[in-house]
Amino acid sequence: MPSEATRLTVSEVMTLEAFADTIIPGERRYATDRAVAGAADGGGAVAAGAVDLMASEEGGIGGLLPTLVIGLNDHAQAYAEKHDRTLDDSVPAFVALDFDDRTALAAALMAPGTDEQDLWVPLAMFSVMAWDTGASVHTTEALAAGHPGLTTMGFTEPDADGLWRFPDFSYRRVLASPHPHTTPSGDPA
Amino acid sequence: MTAIETTDVVVIGSGFGGAIPAYRLAAGGARVVVLERGPWLTGEDFEHDFKFGSSSTRAFEFTMGDGMNILGGNCVGGGSVVYFAAMPRAPRYAFERLGGAGRRMWPAAIDRPALDPWYDKVAESLPISRQDWNDVTYSGGLFAAACAHAGRTANPVPAAIDRAKCTNCNWMMSGCRFDAKRSLLLNYLPGALAHGAQIRALHEVQRLSRIDGGYRVHFNTVHDVDYREVTGSGAIDCKVVIVAAGAAATPAILQRSEEDLGTMPAAVGRYFSGNGERLNTAVVDENRVREVLGLSRPDGRAYEAYQIGKGPVCATWDWLDENLPEFHRYSLEQLYFPPGFGTILAQVRDATGPTWFGAEKKEMLRRWQSWLTVFIMSEDDNEGVFGPPPETGNADRISQQMLSRGPLRYDPTANTRAAWARADADVRDILERDGLAKVMPWSDEVIGAYTVHPLSSCRIGDDPETSALDDTHELRDHPGIFVTDGSSVPGALTVNPAFTIAALAERAVPGIVEAVARRGVPVRYVAEPPEAVSSSRRPLLTQA
Repeated sequence: MPSEATRLTVSEVMTLEAFADTIIPGERRYATDRAVAGAADGGGAVAAGAVDLMASEEGGIGGLLPTLVIGLNDHAQAYAEKHDRTLDDSVPAFVALDFDDRTALAAALMAPGTDEQDLWVPLAMFSVMAWDTGASVHTTEALAAGHPGLTTMGFTEPDADGLWRFPDFSYRRVLASPHPHTTPSGDPA
Repeated sequence: MTAIETTDVVVIGSGFGGAIPAYRLAAGGARVVVLERGPWLTGEDFEHDFKFGSSSTRAFEFTMGDGMNILGGNCVGGGSVVYFAAMPRAPRYAFERLGGAGRRMWPAAIDRPALDPWYDKVAESLPISRQDWNDVTYSGGLFAAACAHAGRTANPVPAAIDRAKCTNCNWMMSGCRFDAKRSLLLNYLPGALAHGAQIRALHEVQRLSRIDGGYRVHFNTVHDVDYREVTGSGAIDCKVVIVAAGAAATPAILQRSEEDLGTMPAAVGRYFSGNGERLNTAVVDENRVREVLGLSRPDGRAYEAYQIGKGPVCATWDWLDENLPEFHRYSLEQLYFPPGFGTILAQVRDATGPTWFGAEKKEMLRRWQSWLTVFIMSEDDNEGVFGPPPETGNADRISQQMLSRGPLRYDPTANTRAAWARADADVRDILERDGLAKVMPWSDEVIGAYTVHPLSSCRIGDDPETSALDDTHELRDHPGIFVTDGSSVPGALTVNPAFTIAALAERAVPGIVEAVARRGVPVRYVAEPPEAVSSSRRPLLTQA
């Protein structure tokens, strides 16, 4: 799977990272980080492995990524021209947009009824999944490594055998009256 | 050249609609072959893991359509393996619905009293049990307490779960590692195997053709990891076919069979219902939960327990009221949806930017353990229509597993939208009262609507114009083909439909037995329940 990801060029990876960071933003990985805009505390989709997941063999969209990157940067260029933004041409156009502009463009691309919604929504879904499930690695390993999404969400640690069990699960109190027409089997009438 | 295999009955699909007739026909003496397109997973295959390629993607199918997306099982046992095992009977009025056509959607022969004996048979076989307040999880208890605070009732929901074995791990959408969920792997399917039925996994049926005295069932075999890869093909001849591929796949098989079998009834691939489903996500205020509802856990926390549990355990049935008009009736059921499926479409209340992604969504996700999801099951207008089937299967696969795009189009009518809006408002009324929570419905602007309970795409009825099956589940004008899965249910039920699908399949079996017997097969109807087993990991459950 990582071998798939490494086939992307640096500029392609940056563009995809900037898109993923728009979906679930995070803190910059290093001072000069351009792809990650630093719009939120803690690791975001990029730190959670979003590009690995997008490029994974299992995900099935890896082959599309170079085309999506071209499309994304073309849209960013058009957006910049329309809104009088001057882009730094040392990075891909989408990366050159600031976080608010990336957000506005992503929202427009994924708006209902637009031609390309079917392209960009799956890319966003992979970004979300990377952050809140860590689906490019085993969940127990992701948690052990301090996966930014699972730990931020408070996903608990499993038992020693890697399985989850919650013996404390109930208030163990009657908390409402049942519907008066409930049948003896506990069903609606 | 190898001779084509013959058997008495081919069953397409191994969920409720397939497993039940497979068991009863095999027990009655028929030769039965079950073809299941998904893998055969048992016991330790059911992982606690979100990784692509684990059981969370192997056993599942997410089929994206135009305006409607379907989540369903894709494995031996079908929906029973991945479902939440909530098993309420459908309310009386559900069988009396008129729907958009203005006439009773269900056949005259079926109403709730007529179906109750068949529900009883399923309840005995799985089995299903009443839950009490000691079984109700924190999230279910919180929802019940909020309902009571709003002057509503709330019920623990009957479930096919062995309470003694359940660990409340909430991984049941990936299959139950502990064999606590009473899936079909623990009753009807081992029952069928014990009586000589064969179950073949990774066999995806493409179409049917006619032969002298019956049908030929054409299948592809698919790769056990990359379901996009066709590894072979074949056919089996039989006297009777039972199509139970699920409401998202049964139409494609029948549509693709038209070229050989002749015109299908007009209702094949039409009248699809998403069971009026919709989700709302609340982020609760932990302090208000303590102050207003008086709830606290032994460790002192008020709630923070979204991850804990066994899916839906509590519902309010106040609007399951036969005196209300159609599209005003619905149930609200507390639910858990794991990260991924359960988080993407959840929206931020009062967002200043995007509602479903971005910085504010991340803030909402920080409070994930304080989430409470409420599942709406309402009445829709059966407005789903399937376009022409894809080259193979029921959808074009995108990922190796789980993700595909199919030809279903669903444009919700004003009736459906109004029903959703009423239920949304009600959820908000219950959960935002006295500052308990902030609530938003899931976005329907990103991928359209969604359902975990696809129904009605090949439905039973008395009217040949609006139903593909007669009241025996036989496909009109195609004797010897029966459809017994969720596609046969005429419309939304306003509750979880698995129990009703199963009861209908039980009810259809005596008629299917007669049809098989008429074709010269020595078979009788067997009324006894399958012998229950306690573990899916038994030698019998190895692939034929």
